[in-house]
Amino acid sequence: MSLLEEPIRELSRRLRDREFSAVELTQEALARAEELDPALGAFLRVTPELALAAAAAADRRLREDPSSAPILCGIPVAYKDVICTKGVETTAGSQILHGFVPPYSATVVDRLSALGVVPLGKLNCDEFAMGSSNENSSYQLTRNPWDPERVAGGSSGGSAVAVAARLACATLGSDTGGSIRLPASFSGVVGAKPTYGRVSRYGLIAFASSLDQIGPLAKTVEDAALVLTAIAGQDPHDSTSVMAPIDGFLGELRNGVKGLRLGIPREYLEVGLDPGVREVFEQSVKTLEGLGAVTQEVSLPTTEYALAAYYVIAPAEVSSNLARMDGVRFGPGFPGATTLKDAYEQARHNGFGAEVRRRVILGTYALSSGYYDAYYLRAQKVRTLVAQDFDRAFAEVDAIISPTAPTAAFKVGERTADPLAMYATDILTLPANLAGISGVSVPAGFANGLPVGLQILGPYLGEATCFRVGQSLEGEAAVWNRLPPLAVAAK
Amino acid sequence: MAKERASAPPAGSIAPAEVAHVSSLARLGLTSPELEKLAAQLEVIVAAVGQLSSADTSAVEATAQVGGLRNVTREDVVAPGLSADEALANASVKAAGFLRVPAIQ
Repeated sequence: MSLLEEPIRELSRRLRDREFSAVELTQEALARAEELDPALGAFLRVTPELALAAAAAADRRLREDPSSAPILCGIPVAYKDVICTKGVETTAGSQILHGFVPPYSATVVDRLSALGVVPLGKLNCDEFAMGSSNENSSYQLTRNPWDPERVAGGSSGGSAVAVAARLACATLGSDTGGSIRLPASFSGVVGAKPTYGRVSRYGLIAFASSLDQIGPLAKTVEDAALVLTAIAGQDPHDSTSVMAPIDGFLGELRNGVKGLRLGIPREYLEVGLDPGVREVFEQSVKTLEGLGAVTQEVSLPTTEYALAAYYVIAPAEVSSNLARMDGVRFGPGFPGATTLKDAYEQARHNGFGAEVRRRVILGTYALSSGYYDAYYLRAQKVRTLVAQDFDRAFAEVDAIISPTAPTAAFKVGERTADPLAMYATDILTLPANLAGISGVSVPAGFANGLPVGLQILGPYLGEATCFRVGQSLEGEAAVWNRLPPLAVAAK
Repeated sequence: MAKERASAPPAGSIAPAEVAHVSSLARLGLTSPELEKLAAQLEVIVAAVGQLSSADTSAVEATAQVGGLRNVTREDVVAPGLSADEALANASVKAAGFLRVPAIQ
């Protein structure tokens, strides 16, 4: 059995007990990536030298003062390629950032580095995190470790697959409409989308700033809670980050669900759920009820408009945020252009893929004169209605549970020709981004051999409750430690 | 505030010329075949998001932010930032400590 299959707390104990060193653990992670990743495509780049240097430093720290070394000291992690890493190329999956080497690191990277984590490298994602399958990366396709003919989910597909295939102990992703929870569900790992403002976005390459959040993907709920505890908190570099207690993520983890009120949104069960997904969900409901949770139906009536509102608001923000991608300060540039407009158009035409173009056009259109009121303003009003739906529901229940996605992982190429079909993949995840609330996807079971996640939505700053429900389900579902076929190494 | 339109424009109303205009605004430099393909896709997407017009939003304000934070400020003190060399390190064309671009016209 690989060391990478063990939960972080166990690895941390064994590192402290000197059963193995952080360098040995890192060498094993690097060897697994070398052997397994060619078939998976999770990593855009592996950074063995940086990893081994960090591991050696972690070993010194563990040796000198084992009792005060942080629990994440010596633990190998990896970052979605929309998260800036000083001195390490960061492309956001886009050609327009090919060769971009950030002069600073994201706050989340600095925080984890200070704790002694080992950075293995950068993970594939849909271009600028726009996508639900990872098929929009301009570099490579990330394959699902349960079935390589199927997608990893997106946009944090590399982040999910690196954990599912046990190439890293935990990873960071970003979630704008489901981009952590969806690939977590498709790959059979835990993924947490924190409350808006819970985690600093400084150094996250912006997609839609009012929706984006960085969060952890990990094998177990406790591992995700450990990483979120490490990265959460106010940051002077991000004025939207909030000061709020974080001790409940781990402190309430094992409080169980007895007496907890769980809402099941009627509208979420009416979105054309795959029968296998429905079956896993119903089983999860029974499991949680058996543990003492009290379930009840709730209504989120604006669900039918949420997708439309999202696909106005997110592209509108894209059209603004991506204006900075002009080839001037970074990117391959504009050789031979004779006017500034030519230079911009050359850099952006060569640099942006089909989905990014589509969203820039859609967003520019929705914000253009004469259409602003009909689209953007109305979408922001619908967003208020979505938030009010959740407020009403959370007055009655402690958390809301549903499938994370209507289906399990779909086939590569199945939805690429139909943007609307691809967008609909996020129907159950994106309302939480519109409202700014917390959500976690936890492996709940399998449908036709493919993982299916349970989504647990909590109120504003309600991550602790999500983790608590997730922990209870994880203990009973007994699926977190099942290894996908493509995670089995020869050595 | 401008008067709200009663409904989104009907489907099928987006001409490639209009997409070309938006493409120009967004500096995307799209070719004619690309514009035609995008116009067709945009029509379908815009028709789908047009369902927003049937949501009853008469009683709500537009969301401006979801966090509830107010007036986040910091002390007005100078802190070290990136050096000019660091800030220019990724630029494709630079000269004498500046970014270099073609003339506007």
